[in-house]
Amino acid sequence: MRAIALIVGRELGAYFRGWSGWVIAAGILMLQGVLFNVFALGDSEKLSSKVLQDFFYFSMGMTLVASVLLSMRLIAEERHDGTMVLLLTSPASDWQIAIGKWMSAWIFVLLILLASLYMPLMVAVNGSVHPGHVFSGYLGLTLVGAAATALGTFTSSLTSSQVVSVVLGGILAALTCVMWLFSKVASPPLDELLAYLDFYYRHFQDFREGTIHTRSIVFYSSVTFFFLLLTQKVLGARRWR
Amino acid sequence: MIEVDGLTKYYGDIRAVSDLSFSIERGQIAGFLGLNGAGKSTALKILAGFLLPTAGSVRVDGVDVVAEPEKVRRSIGFLPEEPPLYKEMTVRAFLTYLGKLRGMGGAEVSARLPSVLERTGLSQHGDRVIETLSLGYRKRVGIAQAIIHDPSLVILDEPVSGLDPLQRVEMRKLVRGLGGDHTVLISSHNLLEVEETCDLLLMLGDGRLVAQGSEADIHSRIGTGGSYEFDVRGDVAAAADSVRGLDAVTEVSVTRAGGEGEVHELTVVLAGQDRSGEVEQIVGALVGSGFGVSRVEAASNELEDLFLKLAGSQEAEG
Repeated sequence: MRAIALIVGRELGAYFRGWSGWVIAAGILMLQGVLFNVFALGDSEKLSSKVLQDFFYFSMGMTLVASVLLSMRLIAEERHDGTMVLLLTSPASDWQIAIGKWMSAWIFVLLILLASLYMPLMVAVNGSVHPGHVFSGYLGLTLVGAAATALGTFTSSLTSSQVVSVVLGGILAALTCVMWLFSKVASPPLDELLAYLDFYYRHFQDFREGTIHTRSIVFYSSVTFFFLLLTQKVLGARRWR
Repeated sequence: MIEVDGLTKYYGDIRAVSDLSFSIERGQIAGFLGLNGAGKSTALKILAGFLLPTAGSVRVDGVDVVAEPEKVRRSIGFLPEEPPLYKEMTVRAFLTYLGKLRGMGGAEVSARLPSVLERTGLSQHGDRVIETLSLGYRKRVGIAQAIIHDPSLVILDEPVSGLDPLQRVEMRKLVRGLGGDHTVLISSHNLLEVEETCDLLLMLGDGRLVAQGSEADIHSRIGTGGSYEFDVRGDVAAAADSVRGLDAVTEVSVTRAGGEGEVHELTVVLAGQDRSGEVEQIVGALVGSGFGVSRVEAASNELEDLFLKLAGSQEAEG
């Protein structure tokens, strides 16, 4: 646990000391604000719950983008700069390295989500919002952030180029949102599997509408674990190369 | 104590290191010497726990690197050829982070930090951001990170490469000072460098250990201390005669005769028991006889010569 906490602390420090964390956070929050103003609030009158649903809809996309951008540097940058040797020759296990790296990006995503809370609060002040709906939506975003940063950590472990890492991560993240399209043209039982793997329709839609399903919590947690496991395997495999 | 037995490493079909076996006593400074591509860095990376071997074993104080990697890594400090540094951190924050990551308590790191900074000549630079430091100081930070957790084995890959002559002298002194407290293993492709710093020489060629022992052991086996070039002014024939009678010299030749008043080049083959002492003796003899000496340098093909001689002596033994 101590090694994980140390790695998280250093990585978070790197986000705050460098420009990348601030630029990504500012860019995401600005886009989120514009989308909230233009699409969620819109020109016509809407129910508060509908405004919230629209807010969570594009916030999920923004969370995916932020997660991939924030996690692209985690391992690729260390490999590029030759500093990965510091972690790989330390007593920290490959699991601890993978978890520490992922957790730092996830915590940064959570900070961005926290900074976006003013938007649902504005809806609450000017309309009527059930706190459970806000909680459900943010729980969904938190879980999407966990899964997407784990996916980004994995793609970052595959290369020493942050560009390659972000492109791979972007493609995988985009695929997770269009699985429902593939499920429409696939035959049973593959169609059901593909539909289950879709980040949005099968899982996030419920959070967006204010419903929490254990199956979706299990899904996002499993995806997170799966990509962290792959990251740990990649780190271990590099010792044999 | 470091015990290496049958260490072998393949990258795909390419054999980088083959059947290395040696041991290093606690507190000794050992030097891996070899040409580029000899397998030095690969061997060091395996010893540091960064890479896993294809076959063979490495034990540090009796603990196996493959069986208990996390335990072994606690007692190893490693500096690759390019110092791995988080450049956005200050020297102090960087060393504190690595000390804790390698299992030290916060108070323990704070207590050890001043002595490590002093030993590596960084006391005045603890609060500087690493990216503002020169290469020489970055190398020092690299060594500081390798010893911050007081490891029993310190591994330094080409610690003097890229440094200017003054920094080389300081770095050699620093490495020499690590012996005794730590077992030190360094690598270099510079023969003189390793001879001046190390108690034990491990000579690698094509991934294999071609010779091991003290400087005297190696020289007694190949019978010569290598060639040195001296640029001298004055009567070159008389200069050659003035060093020819020295015990340290086995052969003298004029390899470049300049015009009157110009610099001439003498190449001297040494007997090879105390190379730096022998070079000093020759310079002393030349200067004492009234000749000016403007350059002293190991002949560029010295290491290649040495490996050829070693290969020749192995064939003769075989």
